[in-house]
Amino acid sequence: MTDLAWIDPLLRAARPKAVGALLRYFRDLDQAEEAFQEACLRALQNWSVHGPPRDPVAWLIMVGRNVALDDVRRRRKSAPLPADDAISDLDDAEPDLVERLDNSHYRDDVLRLLFVCCHPDLPAVQQIALALRVVSGLSVKEIARAFLVSEAAMEQRITRAKSRVAEADVPFETPGAAERAERLGAVAAMIYLVFNEGYSASGGSVHVRVPLCEESIRLARLLLTLFPGEPEIMSLTALLLLQHARAPARLDADGAIVLLEDQDRLLWDRDMIAEGLALIDKAVRHRRPGPYQIQAAIAGVHAHAAKFEETDWSEIDQLYAALERLQPSPVVTLNRAVALSKVQGPAAALALIEPLAQSLSGYFHFFGLKGGLLTQLGRADEAKVAFDQAIALAHTPAEAAHIRLRLDRLIKESQPA
Amino acid sequence: MLYAFLCCHDEAVVASWSKAEDDAVLAKRHKVTERLVAKGKLGPAVRLMPTTAATTVRMGREPVILDGPFAETKEALLGFYLIDCDSLDEAIETAKEIGRDEKVVFEIRPVRLFVPESKAS
Repeated sequence: MTDLAWIDPLLRAARPKAVGALLRYFRDLDQAEEAFQEACLRALQNWSVHGPPRDPVAWLIMVGRNVALDDVRRRRKSAPLPADDAISDLDDAEPDLVERLDNSHYRDDVLRLLFVCCHPDLPAVQQIALALRVVSGLSVKEIARAFLVSEAAMEQRITRAKSRVAEADVPFETPGAAERAERLGAVAAMIYLVFNEGYSASGGSVHVRVPLCEESIRLARLLLTLFPGEPEIMSLTALLLLQHARAPARLDADGAIVLLEDQDRLLWDRDMIAEGLALIDKAVRHRRPGPYQIQAAIAGVHAHAAKFEETDWSEIDQLYAALERLQPSPVVTLNRAVALSKVQGPAAALALIEPLAQSLSGYFHFFGLKGGLLTQLGRADEAKVAFDQAIALAHTPAEAAHIRLRLDRLIKESQPA
Repeated sequence: MLYAFLCCHDEAVVASWSKAEDDAVLAKRHKVTERLVAKGKLGPAVRLMPTTAATTVRMGREPVILDGPFAETKEALLGFYLIDCDSLDEAIETAKEIGRDEKVVFEIRPVRLFVPESKAS
């Protein structure tokens, strides 16, 4: 038996471009996926005998398209209903497809494929699941495992998301500059959602889901290959790399959260950090700082500090202030408060976050930080209240356990000797 | 004769490797290069960052700086420098100096892994 392991990475790597081109061709997500699936089966048979084609993506698109065309023709013969519309549509598109099998044209195909996954009507979880299924090609089983739900439930979610997308009517013409920029923004946000779902899981027993983080980095890199001159896509990729570089240090052997200040920085992935910093360098040259660039720069400041004590907090404070101006949100202010507490002390930070109490009343990190600041100020009773609220809002056992630890420490320290 | 070996690979495929798969490839190669080290035949080896980290400087009357890798079919790779620069800006300036009055194109790509010359004397 021949070893076919080498084919799988080729198919995986080809998927976004091939499915994207087939979607433009068929204008139907299910049909595009099926055609790609069929092409993959043929690739396994054909490539194992003849070796890989010079351009696997083009091969898969042509074969996928032909197989589906045969299928339509067969159906037309056996079914009384003429599929004339479909046929003429396909024939019209054919020369165009061949002509556009060139790398610069894949970009709108892949962008469209990603864009249909981030339809605003879809809840975040469905956007993520759809992108992982359609673009990354993860199996429903794998996605279900990542979200800790049953395979049947995930199957249903993805089916529902797909029918929602089918109704959405995303235009298939090459987008204009403004529309392309809009799509890029939506897709970047969706990729960041995938990352965050992995970085800080929204539920279940696992706190970090590395495969989701890795997949989002792959998607960001793919987008950057297609749009090499977009500083915000450089920055998004940098941000994901710099944050994910810390993954090996974020949980201890028992799965408990290790705070940034306690992490063993020797465990951080130096390759990812170097690549992230190189991408920030490129983005900065454009002199158009956007939200991702500022967030990447903040992650970069942390990456530069060999020890927590060496962190340049006033730089971080300024970067968060810039982010507040660009993209005001209580969560950004909360993050700035962390930096401010290092620069000006806990009282200033507490004053900054107190007005946020209402808008962040359901936010775990608000009460975690508040409890921490109150502890530093020696207001143990109030700190306990805040920590209790944080525990009630924790999404994962690791989050709850972490706060409980700080609470225990607080109780011990506040007891008279 | 000294030969340069330029490693070309489908980047999308390499990017889809897991850490374990990547490590396995390096380990497999290491078995070969180890022998070369023992014979004093291996010069410096370099692994570059992905092309997404690349910047291209196209020399001409006005040098043009482009994001992304060198992607022209007309020109061929004829050689390369390894230069230690403090920043991307410094790297770009250095490329402009080296290429002054030429029509050369430099792709500036950060190095991911540098194994200095291990030739035995």
